[in-house]
Order: sequence, then C-alpha cells, then structure tokens
Amino acid sequence: MRNKVKQQSPQERVKNFNEVSLGFSDEQALLEAKRCIQCKNPLCVKGCPVNVDIPAFIKLIKEGKRKESLAKLKEKNNLPAICGRVCPQEDQCEKECILNKKGMPINIGALERYAADHEVDEPLNRAAEAKQHPEGVKIAVVGSGPAGLTCAADLAKIGHSVTLYESLHIPGGVLSYGIPEFRLPKKIVAGEVEYIKSLGVKVQPDSLVGRAPTVDELFHQGVKAVFVATGAGLPQFLGIPGENLNCIYSANEFLTRINLMKAYRFPEYNTPINIGKRVAVIGGGNVALDCARCAMRLGKDVILVYRRTEAQMPARKEEIENAKEEGFKFSMLTQPVKFSGDDKGFVKGVECIQMKLGEPDASGRRRPVPIEGSNFIIEAETVVVAVGQSPNPLLPASTRGLETTAHGTIKVDENFATSLKGVFAGGDITTGADTVISAMGAGKKAALEIDKYVRSLK
Amino acid sequence: MIAGKANAGQFVVLVIDEKAERIPLTLSDWNKDTGSITLIFQAVGQTTRKLSQLKKGGSILHILGPLGHPTAAESTGTVVTVGGGVGIAEVWPVSRRFKEAGNKVIGIIGARSKDLLILEQEMRASCDELYVVTDDGSYGEKGFVTDALKKVLDSEALRNIHSQVRVYAIGPVPMMKAVSEFTRLLKIRTTVSLNPIMVDATGMCGACRCTVAGKTKFACVDGPDFDGHEVDFAELSKRLTLFKEQEQECATK
Repeated sequence: MRNKVKQQSPQERVKNFNEVSLGFSDEQALLEAKRCIQCKNPLCVKGCPVNVDIPAFIKLIKEGKRKESLAKLKEKNNLPAICGRVCPQEDQCEKECILNKKGMPINIGALERYAADHEVDEPLNRAAEAKQHPEGVKIAVVGSGPAGLTCAADLAKIGHSVTLYESLHIPGGVLSYGIPEFRLPKKIVAGEVEYIKSLGVKVQPDSLVGRAPTVDELFHQGVKAVFVATGAGLPQFLGIPGENLNCIYSANEFLTRINLMKAYRFPEYNTPINIGKRVAVIGGGNVALDCARCAMRLGKDVILVYRRTEAQMPARKEEIENAKEEGFKFSMLTQPVKFSGDDKGFVKGVECIQMKLGEPDASGRRRPVPIEGSNFIIEAETVVVAVGQSPNPLLPASTRGLETTAHGTIKVDENFATSLKGVFAGGDITTGADTVISAMGAGKKAALEIDKYVRSLK
Repeated sequence: MIAGKANAGQFVVLVIDEKAERIPLTLSDWNKDTGSITLIFQAVGQTTRKLSQLKKGGSILHILGPLGHPTAAESTGTVVTVGGGVGIAEVWPVSRRFKEAGNKVIGIIGARSKDLLILEQEMRASCDELYVVTDDGSYGEKGFVTDALKKVLDSEALRNIHSQVRVYAIGPVPMMKAVSEFTRLLKIRTTVSLNPIMVDATGMCGACRCTVAGKTKFACVDGPDFDGHEVDFAELSKRLTLFKEQEQECATK
C-alpha cells in the first residue's frame, strides 16, 4: 500500500495558517522507501523536469542515510524542500512510476520532502559552508523565483560570480508572495534561499532591473551574461463592468497582502486587508484555490466561481481534494458578467451567467458557452479575481532590442538566448504562467547554456 | 543608486521595519553627488509616524526606486504648477524640471493653514512667480488653489495664450479634480499625479488601478502622471477609502 502523509484535520486547519501536510515520520518514510523496486531503467527520472536520480535518493532513505539522500537530491535539484511540497508529482515522476500501473505509485513527493526537511531540522553551519567566487565570471540573474534561484545556484556551483536581483524586499518570487504559508511555509523558502547564498550567490533585494539598474548598466558594470527570470507577474482581470470596485482584488494583491506582508496577522503586521463576510473567488487553478483557502482561514464564507467543470480545473487534484474537505462552496459552469456595488464604491455582488459545455477549444477542453437568460447574482462583499497571470512587461518594455511575442513573453531560441547578445531568459517570462518545477527545469538548462556562452567569450 | 537615477515625478517604496507596510513616497529632492534623497511626508499612518520618529543616523530596512515614469517636461511656453498640502513636496521638483526645460513657471501652493504650508522659499526660488493661498487665510491669500489658478489664467499675460499654457497639479483628489474640471472648460492641457493605494508598486498587484480615458491603468507603472481631463476622480476617491476602518484601528492602538 502507498503510504499517505498525515495532515492536519480539515476542522483544525481551516482555523490556522500552519502547514496542512505534516510530512512523513521516520517509520513511514522507511516503509515507503522499501516499496521502491529500484527499476534498472527508472521511468520516474524521465518524468522529472530536472531528472533527479529518484531511485538513488530513495535507496539512501531506505538505508537510513537521510543526509546523503538530501545530497543526492541536491545534485540535480537545488530546492528539494520546495519541490517536495508544490510539484505536481501526479503528472510527473509518480505518473511514470511503474507501480502506478496498479494505481499505487511511490509517494516520491513526500519522500523528497522528508529528505529535504532533514536540513530544516538540523541546519548546517551555513557560514562555514559559504563559498565566494571572486575570480568567476560576473553573471546577473534577474528575478528570484524558482527559475532564477535554480539558475543562480547552478552557475555558482560551476564557479561563476552570480548576483541575484529581486524587486521585492524578500527573495523567492512567487514562492514568497504567492504560495500560502499552509502549503509552503516561508521558513522553508528562506532556508532554500540561505542554501543558495551558501553556494556564493549574492542576493540583492529591492532592485528593479529594467529601471534601476537597466540591463545595459549591468553590462557596463562588467556583467558578461544576464538571465531574465522575471516570471508571470501581471494580473489578468476579467474586463467586465465594475471591476475597480473596492474589495475586488487581483489574486496577486490578495496573496501578496496575506503571504508576503502577513496581513493575516494584522495589526501586529501593519499591512491591512479588507475582507467581508462572503468571498467569491473567480478561477479554477491552483492560485484560485490558494486564495479561497486563505479566505477560509480568515473565517469567511467562500464560494469558488469557475466557468468550466471540476474535471477541467487546472488545479492539482490533491489541492482540490484538500479544498473540498475544508468546506467551501463551488459554483461551476458560472461566468461573471458584471460586478455591482454600493454608493460608497464597495462590491456587493457578482452577476453571473450559467454556462454549458460545448465543442472542444484550442486547449482540448470543451468550451463553456453561456445559456441565454440564465443570469443570477452571487452576493459577496469581497471578490478575488484569479483568472491567470501574464508575463511581467516591465523589463522587456524598458530593454531596447529585447524581442517579445504577441503574448508578451520574451522570445528565446532552444538555448534560452534572447534577441540580445548575452541576455538569456527562462521560466514563466518565456512560457507564460506554468509550474514551479518547469521554471526550475528551465533555470537549470539555461545555466548550462549561459556557462557555455561565457566560456566562448574567453 | 536612487539619487543617481531620480527624476521629477518619480517615487520610492519603502519598508521601515520587518512588520511594516510597503508605502510609496514621492522623491522631493536628490543629490547625485552625495547619493542622498529627500522625502517629505505627513505623519498620518503607521509607517509615516515611525519615519517621523527616526533619529539622525536611524535607518530604513528596505527602499526601492526610483519608480514610475518621470514627468514629461518638454518646453512648451508657460507652465502653471499647482501644489496642495503635502503635494507641494512633489510639485517642487516638477517645477524645477519645467524651469530647466526652458519654460516660464508660475507656481501656486496652498494649504489648510499657515502651519501646514511647506517649501514656500524653495518654490519661490524655483518658479518665476509664486502665489500662496491658505483655506483659512492665516497666510497668503485666503482661498483655494483653484481661486489662485483662475486669477493666473485670467491675467493679462495668459488670457489670450491658453493654448501655450500647461497646468500640472498634485494634491488631494478633490483639488486635482477641481483643477482639472476648471482647465477642461478653458481647454488647457493638464497633468495630474495620482496617489492611489499601492503594494508592490512594480505592476504586479493592481491595487493602484485607476480608470483613465475609460481604460484601467496601473498608476505605479503606467503613471503616476496622467491627463487630468481623462481621470475618473470619483473612482479614485472611493478606492482611497478601502482601508479606512483598518487605518482607524491602527490609529487607536
């Protein structure tokens, strides 16, 4: 039997922001590790975007060598404590696991987390470990999300002198501002950032590359290559009447206030958030679920409004299950058409239209089509719009010669090179919004290409 | 770094300590040689109160900038710069900038009363003419900045050349609205600098969205300067009340 991870009970966890998953105990980890049949030709490794040697790290857990197991993970994955928590394993390594044929794949995610948390429990002496690479080639990495962290770490491991720029005051990108505490504790993110620093990466927050400094200025300062990993940070709105009413937040604003600025601990933390009793979250992805679950934890009545059906929600299955247990309502096949407000400019409700599924669209999912005359009102004092994020336009717009696509993503070739010499890009800024692990995969491959490029300059 | 890049009309975001908000403040002055910047604020919120209590040599945990587009200050002839209340802190660098660009600059500054009036000498030094008003008449002319603006625009010198005049206004929303409504009648090009609520101030959260010419704009990256005749001021006023309750909760702590 596949060993499941213990979780906080739904009744308990909706009252706090602590991590939902409690992780494997030593016994559970051992039991699960023993289930791995150590395939000669492991398919799981092929399912991993960064090709972690999964059987090897599991074998080390089985042998009781947790520290060595972590070292094995870190050969390929610089952020295992994060991936163990937020990777969609069911679509990657676990999907390919041979035991999945019987529907019982190894719980690789939980084992990865178990190995990685070893370091959180027993922090290594980082200062002693910290390396400096003053002789290395100067490389700038822009954006400290999953792609940037990974690329910076790999370049530093090679021996380059890397500075990682972040516009916010805390590094981590979406890992810090977006994914909530109860899915990814900020202590874990901070720990992984410390690890990256220990590799010799200089982390520079409060730096909006594009404005100050510009990409040109980085080159003038002696930087030989720039990796742009600025992510998909531009919130999409619905573009329907009334969207600028008070208490209608973008998912980014809602999550940034709560996660990054800790508004859930207001007024101890000074950033406020104004949330009424009834909250409507619009969208069906992981971000929408994160918003809904945050609102639940603040004691609100939450309804998730999605224009397709549950089967078509892009969110992870596990998160949908978790969310359902936590007890908020779903309004499927529902498309908002208008927001109404009171005379003071605060939202009162969302006028919606009922949808039905029609022919498949470009994504292969059946396209929702409105049912004429089926309009109805969902009353809500707060609305969170979580219908997607676009690539952040600031750096491309302020960097002359950097070509972008019609979708606003930066154009790159198969080697992550942009239209500007020495400028590389990867992660959501080149693909549009995607997962943490695919951004990490891009960061990893780009690091190799950037290394090749700077060597070619000598 | 910030001083080296600063331009009139731009702002910074700062986080004073670990538990503080990110708040935007306008750059009033800067020295590219020493790297110093000058921020002028009214101690009304938690961060600004903490800022006002900083002693010499004290520090701010995080600061990011310069942000926003600089004021487009080409040479057009005559510019009337209007500052209300703490908005004078921004109209000062903008006035300097218009002057440097070769314009005749007429300044108008106003405050509720004499003790709230700031930067009079600095503005006098930066403008060709300066008019000062207070709501209660405790200093300068009694009245609003719009009263002074009417007089200036109706003066012998400007009356017949409105097409060559430009107005720049920064201050409380009702003031910018009143200025814009008046200049609209005279068809005088008017720029205002908007001050909505912000969080990241880099275009990521959309807290600062405003309606300009019927379209949603992010003041942090699309502005903060916009055409005063196109701004939906009523919406901006309402959006500024979003955290009124929470602000009061903090004020009573």
